Parts: sequence; structure tokens; C-alpha cells
Amino acid sequence: MSKQITIPFGPQHPVLPEPLHLDLVLEDEKVVDVVPTIGYVHRGLEKLVEKREYTEYVYIAERICGICSFIHSQTYVQGIEQIMGLEVPERAQFLRTIWGEYSRLHSHLLWLGCFADSMGFESLFMNSWRLREHILDDLEATTGGRVIQGVCKVGGVRKDIAPEKLDEMLKGLKGLEHELHDLTNVFLHDSSVKNRLRGIGKLSSEDAYYLGAVGPTARGSGIAIDIRETGYGAFGKINFKPVVEHDGDCYARCAVRANEMFGSIDIIEQCIKKIPDGPVDMKVTGAPDGEYFSRAEQPRGEVIHYIKGNGKKNLVRHRVRTPTFTNIPPLVTLLKGCELADVPVIVLTIDPCIGCAER
Amino acid sequence: MMEPQTIVPISVGEVVPKAEQAKKDGYRLVQIGCTKIEDNFEIIYVYDKDYKLINFRITVKQDDEIPSISGVYWGAFVYENEIHDLYGIHVAGINIDFKGTFYKTTVKHPFSVTITKEDDACQNR
Repeated sequence: MSKQITIPFGPQHPVLPEPLHLDLVLEDEKVVDVVPTIGYVHRGLEKLVEKREYTEYVYIAERICGICSFIHSQTYVQGIEQIMGLEVPERAQFLRTIWGEYSRLHSHLLWLGCFADSMGFESLFMNSWRLREHILDDLEATTGGRVIQGVCKVGGVRKDIAPEKLDEMLKGLKGLEHELHDLTNVFLHDSSVKNRLRGIGKLSSEDAYYLGAVGPTARGSGIAIDIRETGYGAFGKINFKPVVEHDGDCYARCAVRANEMFGSIDIIEQCIKKIPDGPVDMKVTGAPDGEYFSRAEQPRGEVIHYIKGNGKKNLVRHRVRTPTFTNIPPLVTLLKGCELADVPVIVLTIDPCIGCAER
Repeated sequence: MMEPQTIVPISVGEVVPKAEQAKKDGYRLVQIGCTKIEDNFEIIYVYDKDYKLINFRITVKQDDEIPSISGVYWGAFVYENEIHDLYGIHVAGINIDFKGTFYKTTVKHPFSVTITKEDDACQNR
């Protein structure tokens, strides 16, 4: 047996936009054990429920993350609405679903760009982010915000989208779909990308399931968990099937995200065609008294907002279980046995969002 | 509306057997979370199978010791270290025990105390 050495990976590393630390135990160039450390930027946002009324807290819930911000606010408000027994107008549910899928599109394009950058494929990185701008432009035009949208509220949404704008978005998505085919063609079929991703960072379906993997990390290993299937928002009225790959390697996780973008476009198109007329919000009185685990499918996987209220304006507890947090144990497993040079690429394939994990 | 949920109260001694049974029945661990209610701490274990949640709640004091389920669900260590670092509850037998260094916080066990506005340094600037 070779002598073991431990080297640090992170918290500052060129492929990591946020601080995550891994102690990598190596034998020669092979990783034999990994100890993860987070907690460098823990913000304690959940604690703010003691100081902010449940209606104000939507703004804080949305700021847990700068990428999947909209879905955080959506998950939070749907938990409150469930406890209070509110029947949110159907048009608001469709609008939430449209904005949620736009969030998924821009998150996946951001990830594909970062992933291309980690492989040294600069032109692919720039093309991914160029396409992402179209999504952000539509988000800004319809909500007023590119990163933080601020449109979700308890009882509905703050803004409506005019029919003309919905038609314009539909046309824009058609053009984008064409360009996405060109982009994903490189990710999925270019030999240099395939050589870099095939067969490394393997996660078995059993490990993915019992270690708590969610999102593309689970679906890349053949686990068809997608909370959108539970029918929250307008998903109950939309035809949709989760994207699943079975190889469990870096390529499979990349393929899930690449193909999911087309699924998101299809969902948005269905929503635009089916969205009913009517109000987008309702009057809300009182305060939540009860508890609920509100779930949604973020770009990185299942997110859970546990909400507990006692009939007062301030909640007793708001706890968020983010997808990155639960994807840390699977990350440890899929790094074991890999080569040191593959670590940055493998780490990126869980799409780590430390901002979420350090809520 | 989404489906209703129930949380089943259990004793501390039932935590590991319930986890073993959940795994045997094909459930995945979704999360473990803690809530401070006056002087008590409620810890909820959540499992999922086919989008159906089962939830178990134990209620303990801060100086109580609770058993780790990381021997059943290996990934439970992230939740158990979090509960220790934020609430100060000792979890016995965690497979990767960070011994209080999982989160680096200025205040020790910050979620075990209620900070009033007068005591909040940020509010008094």
C-alpha cells in the first residue's frame, strides 16, 4: 500500500464560486477518502423568522439563493398557503410555474457554462452564458428582476404577464430551443467532452437513493425522483416526464441537465397555452397556525421548507433543507476511487450551491 | 391544495428502530430538523417513498443525548452535526463527527437562544 497523504481542496478553488472544503486522502493520485467541510459562510437566515412577519419573510426566503431564488419564495409561500388553507387563483399557479421553469433554464445554462469552464472549454462557457441572457431578459421584463424576482406573495403573485408578452415569450423560446440544440450537441456528442466525463465519478442507483441524492445527481443514477410529479403549482395540469439517465457518471449528470432544458421549454409552452384568465392574487387575513413540509423541485433537486406557525405574525420555525446540503454525502461517495485530476469536474457535477446550503 | 401530512410522536429509544424499519421498507431519508419550543427541542425525522412522507418527532431537552441514525442512513451525519452545532444537542455515534466544527458561528449553538432586538448587535449599530 502506498503512503497516504491528505491534501486540501478548497475552500478557495478556481472551479468553486463559493467556499466548500474537502480533505482528500490520497494514495498516489487516487482519492481513497474524503471529509467535507462547509460552514464558512453560514448566515442563519432561518433565525430571522423571529423578527420578520410571515408575509415579510418571503423576501428573505427568496434571498437564500441567487440562482434558484424564485423557487425558494414559491416553496415558502405554498407552505404558508397550505397551512392557512388558501386556494390560490389558478392563473397565479401557472405564472409561478412559468417563472420557476425560467429559473431552471437559467440555472442549468449557468451550470453548463461553469462546467465547460472547468474543462477548459472557454467558447462553450461563453455560448452557454450568452443564451442564459435571453432567459434573464425575459425574467426581468416580466418580473422586474434578473436575480431576485420578488413577485411571489402569500396568496398569489404580484405581477401578471400580458397575453402579447406571453406570445412574445413563446416565439423567443422557439428560437432559443434551436440554439440550445446546437449547444447541447457539443456537451453530449463532442469527443473531447465525452472523454473527460464518461466513466468518472460513478454513483450507483442504490447509493444515490439511500445517501439522499436529489435532482440531476439522483436522476443521473437512474433514480426518477422529481417533485414536480407531485403536481404542485400548475404541474398537475401539465404533461411532464422526468429526465433520467442510468450510467451514474459525470456525463449522465450533465446529460440530465442538458435534456431537462428542453423539458422546461415544453412545460412553459404548455403553461402559456393553458393559462386561464382571472385574478393573480387573493386577500389574505390571519396568520398560519400549524406545520407543513412544503416541497418543490429546484434546478439542483428537491427543496423542503418546513414551516411551523402558532397563529401569530411571526413563525415559530422555518427550516430549509436545500438540495446541495443533501447532495454532500453522495459527493463524498462518488469522489472515492477517482483520480485527483478529476476531482474539480466531479465536484461540479452535483452543481454545488453553497449559498443555499449555508442559508 | 397539497396532500395533508402527519407527524407521529415517538420516544428517543424508537429513533434507530424506526430508521431501520424505514430503510427496510424502501424509504429514503429526506431530512432531520430541529425546532426549539420554549425549553424543549423537537426533532423531526422525515422519510419518503414514492412522494409519500412519513414523519417522526421526538421531544428532548438540550442536555439529553440522542442516538445517531448514520449507521442506518450514512448521509445522516450532515443533519446530526447541524443539530449539534446550531442547538447544542449531543448526538451519540455519528459516523463523521465534526465535534462542533461543522458550522463556524460567532455565537455557540446560536439557534438554542432567542435573541431579542435589544441584544442584537446588528440592530444596535
